[in-house]
Amino acid sequence: MTPDHFQKRTDPEAPVPPFLSFHATKMLHTAQGPQLFDVRFDLPQGQTLAIHGLSGSGKTTLLRILAGLSPADSGHIRVGNETWLDTQRRIDLPTRHRSIGFVFQDFALFPNLTVRGNLEYALPPDTKKAAKAATTIIDELLELMELEALQHRRPALLSGGQQQRIAIARAIARNPRLLLLDEPLSALDDEMRHKLLDYLLKIQRHYHLTTLLVSHHVTDIFRLATNVIRLEKGRVERSGTSAEVFADKPQITLTGTILDLTPAGDTFLVRIDFAGTILQLDISAEKAATLRPGREITITMQQSSHPERP
Amino acid sequence: MIDWLPLWLSLKLAFITMIILLVIGIPIAWWLAYSRRRWTVIAEAIISLPMVLPPSVLGFYLLLAFSPAGSFGHALDRVLDIRLVFTFPGLVVASLIYSLPFMVNPLLAGFKNLPPNLLEASQTLGKSGWTTLRRILLPNIRASLITGAILSFAHTIGEFGVVMMIGGSIPGQTRVASVAIYDEQQSGNYSLANNYAITLLSLSFAILLIVYAVNRHFNKSRSIL
Repeated sequence: MTPDHFQKRTDPEAPVPPFLSFHATKMLHTAQGPQLFDVRFDLPQGQTLAIHGLSGSGKTTLLRILAGLSPADSGHIRVGNETWLDTQRRIDLPTRHRSIGFVFQDFALFPNLTVRGNLEYALPPDTKKAAKAATTIIDELLELMELEALQHRRPALLSGGQQQRIAIARAIARNPRLLLLDEPLSALDDEMRHKLLDYLLKIQRHYHLTTLLVSHHVTDIFRLATNVIRLEKGRVERSGTSAEVFADKPQITLTGTILDLTPAGDTFLVRIDFAGTILQLDISAEKAATLRPGREITITMQQSSHPERP
Repeated sequence: MIDWLPLWLSLKLAFITMIILLVIGIPIAWWLAYSRRRWTVIAEAIISLPMVLPPSVLGFYLLLAFSPAGSFGHALDRVLDIRLVFTFPGLVVASLIYSLPFMVNPLLAGFKNLPPNLLEASQTLGKSGWTTLRRILLPNIRASLITGAILSFAHTIGEFGVVMMIGGSIPGQTRVASVAIYDEQQSGNYSLANNYAITLLSLSFAILLIVYAVNRHFNKSRSIL
């Protein structure tokens, strides 16, 4: 590995030929019976594509086929100048030869290794020999993700947010050509989600990795992704920029300050000050536990023409 | 006076069997745990057969197979100059088959209890199956490795029927402790038989105590593993 291990990639704004070209079909056996997965898309280098859709629409299948973790019935995948999959020419690169960083929904950290050990494990063997370069990469990631203080701990006892930061850092450590995030924020509570979102933005700005993000959170997609494809029953139902895809779903985002929380039976009443307008909301005790008076809060309102479910 | 040779022979047989079973049990359990082929269920059943089969049945067929009068035994004798009937190497081969499920089943359970995405995560980080096994999977099934090793060791020490069928009772060769007990009892030396018996009893109890202590320790510490 050269010292420019993390050399910044080309300007994402510049017109570039598709870096990733994906087409795959697969017969899925869902709870609603057999269903054909047939998805095709291109992605320029350095961009972030969000994959959105209801559960069972094939979002995770897409990532797994791209990673080589699930076989496709037919199709082709090209990344840069490499062919990862070409069923006609019987090419199917095994997962370990595909240059990816995969962040699993439930983190999948190695319990027998420390935080630092998890990151070091991700490095290619030749980097490990160049011990100095390896130390630099790991230290940079630990600093960026604010994990230095935890580096000698085992991951099992850490919080969900901390574990997710380790999982993201581990996926990036080998400088993959593609970063694949499978619902990276869904296992976290709201407060943690917002923090993690900031970390992901930091990572994006720093490394300019071509990223695929599976998410059902429209807000996450607006903040992280340049383009979106919406899957429905295994097919691309819509694709384009976030604004285009969610054009039928106008959103309003309000930021205010929490005034107070009052218990009201099983629930809580929270009063929020939006630039002089006080709004009172009824929220669950669970949600209330994450809120503190004086803190800032963002509320997103969105028209639900397509009912979303997690 | 107690003759220590049978006890020594039992321990030697059990130790050699345990080491070889560790070497062959890990790949077998790994294959059974991660193979997507349907007929692994047949392999699982065959491997577990010695758990339910009367040892004399297993011994009988092994005797037929190893006998120089049979084609397999004959070939071994002629080509490799190996004789497995009434010899110590024969006991080792028989013990490997006899104790195989006691090694493979704990390891298989260990592999199956691991979250499947540990393996996938390692693959996505560009690691080979061998690296994944060595650095990730085996360290996370330490309790199963220790349980499998101890159980196969203990089960080999307790072997009697198979040894009787294919080993007989040749002092220093095949006369292990469990056979010595039978011999002494047949000759009316009850106190000598008791010496062997009480030694085996204490040994077996101590071994099981270790197995349960190890499991309790790992279950407690699982979360901070």
